[in-house]
Amino acid sequence: MTIVFDGIALGMLLFLISVGLSVTLGLMNFVNLANGAFAMLGGYVGVLLVNRWGVPFLGALALSTLCSLVVGATLERLLYRRLYAASHMDHVLFTVGLIFVSISLAAYFFGSGVQVIELPAFLQGRIEAFGVGFDSYRSFLIVVAIAIAAALQRILTSTRFGASLRAAVDNPRTARGVGIEVDRIFTITFAVGSALAGLGGALGTQMLGLDPVFAIKYVVYFLIVVIMGGPGSIRGSFLASMSIGVFDVVGKYYVPELGAFVIYVLMLAVLVARSRGLLPKFGGRS
Amino acid sequence: MFGNTVRRILRFAIVGQIACASAALAAEPLKIGVILPFTGPYAIYGTKILNGAKLYLSQHGGRIGDREVELVTADDTGVAPELSKRLAQQLLIKDKVSFLVGFGLTPSALTVAPLATQAKVPMIVMNASTTGLTRKSPFIIRVSQTQPQVTEPMAKWAIENGVRKVYTLVADYSPGHDSEKQFTETFTKAGGEIVGSVRYPLNNADPSPYLEKIKDANPQAVFVFLPPGELSIAFIKGFKSRGLEAAGMKLFGTSLTEEAVIDATGDAAIGVITASNYSEPHRSPENDAYVAAYRKAYGEDRPNYMSVAGYDGIALIARVAETKGTVVTGQAFMDAVKGISWASPRGPVQIDPETRDIVQSVYIRKTEKVDGRLENVEFATYPGVRDPQDR
Amino acid sequence: MTPSWEAAAVRLRERERWKSPETVFWCAALVAPFVLPDDHLFLSQIAILGLFCLSLDLVLGIAGILSLGQAAFFGLGGYTAGLFAIHVDGDPLLGLVVAMVATSLLGVLAAPLLLGGRDLTRLLITVAVAGILYEAANKWSAVTGGVDGLQGIVIAPLFGKIEFDLGGTVAYWYALAVLFLVFLGLRRLKSSPFGLALAGIRLNPQRMPALGVPVDRRLTVAYAIGGAVAGIAGALLAQTTQFVSLDALSFHRSAELMLILVLGGAGNLYGALLGAIVFSVAHHLLSEINPMYWQFWMGTLLILIVLFAKDGLTGGLSRLRDHLWKGGTAP
Repeated sequence: MTIVFDGIALGMLLFLISVGLSVTLGLMNFVNLANGAFAMLGGYVGVLLVNRWGVPFLGALALSTLCSLVVGATLERLLYRRLYAASHMDHVLFTVGLIFVSISLAAYFFGSGVQVIELPAFLQGRIEAFGVGFDSYRSFLIVVAIAIAAALQRILTSTRFGASLRAAVDNPRTARGVGIEVDRIFTITFAVGSALAGLGGALGTQMLGLDPVFAIKYVVYFLIVVIMGGPGSIRGSFLASMSIGVFDVVGKYYVPELGAFVIYVLMLAVLVARSRGLLPKFGGRS
Repeated sequence: MFGNTVRRILRFAIVGQIACASAALAAEPLKIGVILPFTGPYAIYGTKILNGAKLYLSQHGGRIGDREVELVTADDTGVAPELSKRLAQQLLIKDKVSFLVGFGLTPSALTVAPLATQAKVPMIVMNASTTGLTRKSPFIIRVSQTQPQVTEPMAKWAIENGVRKVYTLVADYSPGHDSEKQFTETFTKAGGEIVGSVRYPLNNADPSPYLEKIKDANPQAVFVFLPPGELSIAFIKGFKSRGLEAAGMKLFGTSLTEEAVIDATGDAAIGVITASNYSEPHRSPENDAYVAAYRKAYGEDRPNYMSVAGYDGIALIARVAETKGTVVTGQAFMDAVKGISWASPRGPVQIDPETRDIVQSVYIRKTEKVDGRLENVEFATYPGVRDPQDR
Repeated sequence: MTPSWEAAAVRLRERERWKSPETVFWCAALVAPFVLPDDHLFLSQIAILGLFCLSLDLVLGIAGILSLGQAAFFGLGGYTAGLFAIHVDGDPLLGLVVAMVATSLLGVLAAPLLLGGRDLTRLLITVAVAGILYEAANKWSAVTGGVDGLQGIVIAPLFGKIEFDLGGTVAYWYALAVLFLVFLGLRRLKSSPFGLALAGIRLNPQRMPALGVPVDRRLTVAYAIGGAVAGIAGALLAQTTQFVSLDALSFHRSAELMLILVLGGAGNLYGALLGAIVFSVAHHLLSEINPMYWQFWMGTLLILIVLFAKDGLTGGLSRLRDHLWKGGTAP
């Protein structure tokens, strides 16, 4: 059972670092491969605040999320905005360019070594209950991920903002016509996507480490989670992350010889069986 | 290519006048081509090794003998063999370097080996750690270490200190396989038992399934080889937090707690026992001077086994220059290098005349907190260790 | 007004016609080794990268299959050629053929996995297939040499006479000749009924079956040919560097390839070649000037290209040409 708990926690970590891409790709139709760069930004801000300046962990988490939010909003206003009408290919080229720049900047300012945000004492413990070992850091990951998934789901499906966003994505001209501030909505959505990535980056250093190639290292994971879940579907990403986490950990425990193959086999099985992802949004636009 | 031309034009424009006047007087600079990963996932290798190499030069006025030294650096981005080969060729043909040094990973050294042979240019390997690499060309010398070389003493120490049941966990790629093989061989031959072994995928983010498996097997100790970085950090932290240490298990390794990752690993590293050819707190006049100079030059950045290899590679060239001068053919250099020995910051080292691989002391260390810093404190020494797979 | 089908036929023939910029391009390729006598190895690697990029252009640019796993074929081709040289025969041309056969087989086997999916699903499936191959080669290190690479490849002289030199001169002419032949084939294919059917599938997958086009079969063949081209590229690299290692199969390589094709512009073959040249040269120059932080300038370059030349370099160039042409004839 400890294994299943660990798997869920791993899944939640994957969800946290990938959900930003699900938001930008699925809701704004923008292939933001630089999601990892925003995650890295959150991570390095966290390292700076906690390890160097001794800011309390939770405060640093909030600040690094905020920092990614602000940088995301700024870049959206300055650059991303010009490319909404461009092709996906241009998105790829542009965001890979951003990744390269971010890698260099990170190496320049923080060096190429691995860093990890120091955890506070209350996240370092471990509780054994009902024969299951609950790691407090992992429990924290699960709680945060569930809270975020629930909040996002609620905002998208049952608030005015969510409705306006969906309208703005499906038909920006009409949306403008009925008085929706499309530009502002896109800026906010993009910034939220970046902020989520930043939060994931700051939370994930314990398992994922943090070095300048972080921006590109986990692109495959983002793609797996988002595409398997169905882009834009928060519940889909959540489900995909969780199944990847559980299958990966349980698979490696019982069949360690399979090792690295577990995740690919799972991917093929899911994708060939459900070609639109686990839970495609709005009846399957992709 | 064009860049070279651009660079030359720029250099000419800036220093052309002065250079022309003094070219006749001063000897041509001694050019050393440095091929290392400076970007990508192995960028840390390049940074540390170049730091070491530059440190030696700055301590000696940027000169070897009477000649000024120019390090011509090239980024091979890690594992990109065709790029390493092209860069080596370019350094040989265009920059006319007298030495090729660096080589973070085995594939890059392997593709360059035929070029070294053909050009008769000495090639000094400063990290790539596969057994038998020096056999690929009569012009290769290695000043770093091989995986079996540091693994064998770890297994010996374990058996000598009453450990009989060990679980091995190694990264699932060639260096890991080599470590597993060496540890198992030495350990079982001396009467130990491997109670379980598992290979750890490199794309693995979460060590928990493996930690739980080891916990179930309950061995006396775990021997781990993981590339230092997020994998090793997460493993060590999990080893502590999941109570493996509390259950009495020991954690053995080689590069597991090397200085580049030890701070990121944090206090969880305390108590880990590792075997390595270099430790920052090693006590010797050479190392005291080296560490002091390194800290002065690079501040917070810590010297590790890679930077000392960079340092020693250049030191080796300088040492040969003492007897042979700075204008030697590749062949004469290779003849002079065989059997040469010197006092490195890591301890006494020698180039094996037969294999041209390095012979060195391997130290057993325990990670401790010394004056608020995590250090690998040496407590046992195996002197004069050769690669057991290539004797 | 000519009937529309006749106009279409004229347009097609016009598209097929060999144009003067093309002659200039290939002449430049012939002259390059004389202008850059010290860079033959580099030139050969650009040619190989260009060939590799053509494979993605066929699969993605022409047939519209979003593939982020072309390295599977590149690596398989490389290992096949390498192992064939070690264990069977060192003849380079024979090695190319064997690699081509092996990779087209992989294409035929993997294609059924792709056919059901949509764009992003396909992308991920290609990633998974390449990932599985990478891990298999890693595990099977007794044969492949694992991450250390496959050692001991010795390639016999070309046609039994011309030895490969370390300077890469033979490698360049060899790679260029193969590149040109494959290019001609693909150029032909693009304007053939088969190529037009692929374009139709890309633009409107729902309509093509109604026109009697067997979509699945066409895509399978296109994917297999794309795989074979990538396999040839991998084999060429293995033969000319006499080395293969796991990185030939890595995700990194597939991703970089995608980047290069997008940079050059997809769908017109020259974009692939131009992308390979520009990317290689930019990488080379920038990393030579600054080995530590060249990626900063590379990234900036990519961003600027997107902002100022949409649809890749060929897109930007053709707009520039239209602009100049219009500007020139305006009174």
